[in-house]
Amino acid sequence: MSTSLTTPEQDPDLNAPLGGVSLTAGQLPRGAAPATLVAAGLAGLLLWLLADWAIVPCALLAAAAYVVIVYTWSRAVEGPRKATDRFVTAAVSGAFLLALLPLVSVIVTVVSRGVVRFDAEFFSYSMVGVSGEGGGIYHAMMGTLIITGLAALISVPIGMLTAIYLVEYGRGKLAKAITFFVDVMTGIPSIVAGLFAYALFVMIFGPGVRMGFAGAVALSVLMIPTVVRSTEEMLKLVPNELREASYALAVPKWRTIVKVVLPTALAGIATGVTLAIARVIGETAPLLVTAGLTDGDNFDPFEGRMTTLSVFSYYEYQSPGLFAEAAYDRAWGAALVLMIIVMVLNLVARAISKLFAPKTR
Amino acid sequence: MAKRIEVKDLDIYYDKFLAVQGVSMTIQPRSVTALIGPSGCGKSTFLRTLNRMHELVPNARVEGSVVMDDDDLYGPNVDPVNVRRQIGMVFQRANPFPTMSIYDNVAAGLKLNNKRLKKSDMDGLVERSLKSANLWEEVKDRLHKPGSGLSGGQQQRLCIARAIAVQPEVLLMDEPCSALDPISTQAIEDLMLELKENYTIVIVTHNMQQAARVSDTTGFFNLQGVGKPGELVEIDETTKIFSTPSQKATEDYISGRFG
Ligand SMILES: Nc1ncnc2c1ncn2[C@@H]1O[C@H](COP(=O)(O)OP(=O)(O)O)[C@@H](O)[C@H]1O
Ligand SMILES: [Mg+2]
Repeated sequence: MSTSLTTPEQDPDLNAPLGGVSLTAGQLPRGAAPATLVAAGLAGLLLWLLADWAIVPCALLAAAAYVVIVYTWSRAVEGPRKATDRFVTAAVSGAFLLALLPLVSVIVTVVSRGVVRFDAEFFSYSMVGVSGEGGGIYHAMMGTLIITGLAALISVPIGMLTAIYLVEYGRGKLAKAITFFVDVMTGIPSIVAGLFAYALFVMIFGPGVRMGFAGAVALSVLMIPTVVRSTEEMLKLVPNELREASYALAVPKWRTIVKVVLPTALAGIATGVTLAIARVIGETAPLLVTAGLTDGDNFDPFEGRMTTLSVFSYYEYQSPGLFAEAAYDRAWGAALVLMIIVMVLNLVARAISKLFAPKTR
Repeated sequence: MAKRIEVKDLDIYYDKFLAVQGVSMTIQPRSVTALIGPSGCGKSTFLRTLNRMHELVPNARVEGSVVMDDDDLYGPNVDPVNVRRQIGMVFQRANPFPTMSIYDNVAAGLKLNNKRLKKSDMDGLVERSLKSANLWEEVKDRLHKPGSGLSGGQQQRLCIARAIAVQPEVLLMDEPCSALDPISTQAIEDLMLELKENYTIVIVTHNMQQAARVSDTTGFFNLQGVGKPGELVEIDETTKIFSTPSQKATEDYISGRFG
């Protein structure tokens, strides 16, 4: 390995006059790294197309070739520090691309297979009397909205009040115990939440009970800890000085919380709640055991089975019947709708935090 | 308006830690009382006992008495919220409410307590308070813009306007100028001289020139040593403290011979 005299990595001769260490160092020509990348990519492409190799080894080979070439070249010209920098940059970017791969692949698959059934019938009909092609997910969309909405209605007040207690009032053993149980609840598997809600409703209504509200209760068990955690974090971010400013104006504590602390934290809390909803909206297992499945419209959460998108999708795939292709299309369509809803919720969360964030001008 | 405060044998604790010991002083109405002393000797702690903000710290408590005119502030049935209604406070760091406009910040004392005024009365109150705080001219065209868009000095004057909008009897200020430039400091000092016509003012300051300029009475707090409680060394007319203090420690401190 040749090291040029101008590399800063060389131990400077301490006895030499200060001017002896040069400030300049060798540099790869501009565009050298991108050009290497393109060349490695092209080589990989050729292997794939002409030598008829599989695509994955070609891509890996191209990446490895790029890293090796750029590292050795840079080490020779620029010295070990820059070379390490280039190596790590390549490794980090590679890891990012790898992580992106499954995500992109999921989106492409769901969109390409889901759009097949994006027609008016799909969005306006239920599955009553449908045994072959056609049919729709109107009942499942409404079911998802009703059950998730109810779950949010239950969890948001409970979760927010718990967080307010923990941050503003909680001291001593009780607060510690609540924090501990919230932590435990965060780790509850979703099927356990479903079985819990089912067992609870069996105690009240007898065995075999299925209703949308039971599903909402199951989802609440999953949602409450998320809401508590995110609200707690946001409340902790509110500077104590604001609370003191309010107390000093003779504002009682509860009014301080309602009118100063909560509005200041509102943007973050709203974002947290929206993301918590997005997390439970795609749950399948707990809804399978609590809300069940039905072909027709049932918009009464307190009476009878209620279909949601995820459960619908699962059943269409699990028992497609004679006309399997049509059932699979419906399953993918429902999955795509669910994905779009989650994406919209994420966008809403962003919009909310922009809207409510304290402004400075 | 403006009331006299008598403090007698006040011991101030943070849980088991005795932070300030045996303070007795009389705070005269319609005057500025300055509290000086080295950092950590308990000036802020003492100031916060005067409007019962001290007890907001978990397990913090006081022993002794603080009497405003004839009311014992630490009497058995006294509601701290009512105490704070009469004794306002301005903090070291300006802390306007970030979610509120300039107008709403000034009106916060009423609005947060759901006191409704006619629009014209509220407008008048906001204008008067901002004028008293010497801020009106600078903000009258942007009253409905957020308060956090103002400069540091303006924000501190906004906090003063907010404190006087509820018409307290006493105004406590904890190093109100320590984060401000000389011009903003000047503005706030002028303001204190105007406000003392109507209010009892107690100000904690690190700046001895400031104490000499604005106060009528000066109290000097000191620490015997690390871990020992702070105490009031002496309190007297400002001119006397800065010319012929009766205690050696005071003389050392104001002449800069002290840490
Ligand atoms: N919230 C608190 N909890 C416990 N001790 C405190 C608290 N605030 C201040 N102290 C202690 O009380 C003493 C006086 O502090 P402080 O009143 O802030 O001094 P000063 O304002 O004169 O600089 C210091 O020893 C400080 O460590
Ligand atoms: Mg202080």
